[in-house]
Amino acid sequence: MTDPRSGSQARIRQALQGGGGSPQVVPYLMAGFPHLDDTVGMLLAAQGAGSALVELGLPYSDPLADGPVIQAAGQRSLMNGMTVARALGQIRTARAAGFTIPLVVMTYLNPLLRMGLGDFAGQAADSGVDGVLVTDLPLEEMGAIGEAAAHYGLAITTMVAPTTPDSRIRRAGELATGFVYCVSRTGVTGSSAATADEGPELLRRARMQTDLPLALGFGVRRRDQVLALTGLADAVAVGSFLIERAGEGSDPARAVAEAISQLRG
Amino acid sequence: MKDPGRLLVTDPPALGRYGDFGGSYVPETVVPALGELVEEAKSALADQSFLDELSSLLRDYAGRPTPCYFAARLSEHAGFPIWLKREDLLHTGAHKLNNALGQLLLARRMGKHRIVAETGAGQHGLATATACALLGLPCVVYMGSEDIRRQAVNVAKMRLLGATVEAVDSGSRTLKDATSEAIRDWVTNVRDTHYVIGSVVGPHPYPWLVRTLQSVIGVEARQQMLAQAGRLPAQVVACVGGGSNAIGIFSGFLDDPEVRLLGVEAGGRGAGPGENGASLNLGSPGVLHGASSFLLQDQDGQVLPTHSVSAGLDYPGVGPEHAWLNSTGRATYCVVDDRQALAAFHLLSRLEGIIPALESSHAIHQAIGSRPDDGGPVLVCLSGRGDKDLDTVLTEAAGD
Repeated sequence: MTDPRSGSQARIRQALQGGGGSPQVVPYLMAGFPHLDDTVGMLLAAQGAGSALVELGLPYSDPLADGPVIQAAGQRSLMNGMTVARALGQIRTARAAGFTIPLVVMTYLNPLLRMGLGDFAGQAADSGVDGVLVTDLPLEEMGAIGEAAAHYGLAITTMVAPTTPDSRIRRAGELATGFVYCVSRTGVTGSSAATADEGPELLRRARMQTDLPLALGFGVRRRDQVLALTGLADAVAVGSFLIERAGEGSDPARAVAEAISQLRG
Repeated sequence: MKDPGRLLVTDPPALGRYGDFGGSYVPETVVPALGELVEEAKSALADQSFLDELSSLLRDYAGRPTPCYFAARLSEHAGFPIWLKREDLLHTGAHKLNNALGQLLLARRMGKHRIVAETGAGQHGLATATACALLGLPCVVYMGSEDIRRQAVNVAKMRLLGATVEAVDSGSRTLKDATSEAIRDWVTNVRDTHYVIGSVVGPHPYPWLVRTLQSVIGVEARQQMLAQAGRLPAQVVACVGGGSNAIGIFSGFLDDPEVRLLGVEAGGRGAGPGENGASLNLGSPGVLHGASSFLLQDQDGQVLPTHSVSAGLDYPGVGPEHAWLNSTGRATYCVVDDRQALAAFHLLSRLEGIIPALESSHAIHQAIGSRPDDGGPVLVCLSGRGDKDLDTVLTEAAGD
């Protein structure tokens, strides 16, 4: 008998640690942005451009960890009519259309609570989601969603920050079943010069505490930033930069694919 | 008065839980800072020199104790005795300074060099800017651009005191969005910055910390009622947005089961979505701004816009301890709408020569319509004065 949880876990590990050289590029896209029905095309485009894994944001009205770009994209997506159920339907459609790389849903707790954590985990797994990252769910409160996720074979991603002490990083590694998301600086998504980049130091500390793949995010927008993390991060998550690109042109899927190719070098 | 400025100091609830409510739901970056805040607040509140410094500031700087006033003409109008706890007479014109002074002393003790706060009506921003001026710390206040428009005088005062007022243009441009933006600033600058939350909301330990600092209202009011009315009130009434003045006054009477506790939420323009701020009466359980409580949300868990004629009650959430008191039945919560609050605003002005804040006017309306069974005294928390609301009231009058 196969453990369903090991399926997603192994897929994610293989995707993120399979690169060998420079870190894998993990795009963050917002479901339902810029238009409600752009999600499937953008997922396929991200895969076509060589992404190892996609983080798909599900919008929330009050995203505490997000900077202006992702906030605005989430607002637009909500105005477009996006819901958790609708996003899961789009993921199912993308899977049927040949989207095969791992997909991790990134969102906030309240919309999931409203659906019910068990119902969410079941429907997400059934729709082809591999893992979930809940930005405002600290390690101490991970129990409820951890159980539901384990039951339905969803991987859990936990976050650590430059302010996280080593003992908590170890705990984050124990609770995660997908990868550990390392936040490069104190701040919100997309923040750049306001605070120092503490990513390399955090990655070195995290590597001592966990064997899971490490992804670094917040503030990455150029190829040289990706290259600089070679040997430190397994993957680099890029959000605000791609969301800006997706929001600009008339063909968001193509804009996202070009930007990912540029980041992959 | 015995020991003016005395607080009711309790241990923080385990994991910040009030029954099913409370907790701490925040991005990882600030989790370690919240842990430090729990420990620092516990140690400060157990340190007599900290408490002495706070109570002397509350007395000599802020003007505590505030009077407990028998409102004779309002009582005659209502047909039973009504007492007003005069937080409107506190320095800066509302109860908010009790919390701001305490948190600023705590911030200094923790070695934080910078202060951020959110504000709705501007009273908490004003109190924080005042305390920052007093202690010489830089202060950034986040305020929704809609609230900046409605509360221009408080904005001008904050700037006079040296604070930077940052306009927040996201979402509904009111208190909810200002709170989110203050939290984002704190996430970014957490190492040297203390976030002064203005109400009993947010992640643990804030609901407990703010309650403790506002308990001075209830401790004083209980002594004053016994000394002046010769008995405990039959009923205590306070308005509830986040709910800090209500928790403050309720905390003095929680162990007196014969005292009925009544919270008043903003009914706004009606019961429809986006028309009110009545989280406990019209909302459902959920997580907002770091705590599990009741909130106004749609079927998909997205937080709804709100409306109240009073900016301080224009908030989709409510403190977790209120959600718990509501669920246990120890306190009950009702709704008063814009029109009723405006009528009470005028009534108190005419009958008592006291112009109340529109927030407090909600409590006044409820109090005069809630005759206790024994005809006994009703104590109302007059949380603030109405100077800041004159533009709103005059505009509403013109609109009618």
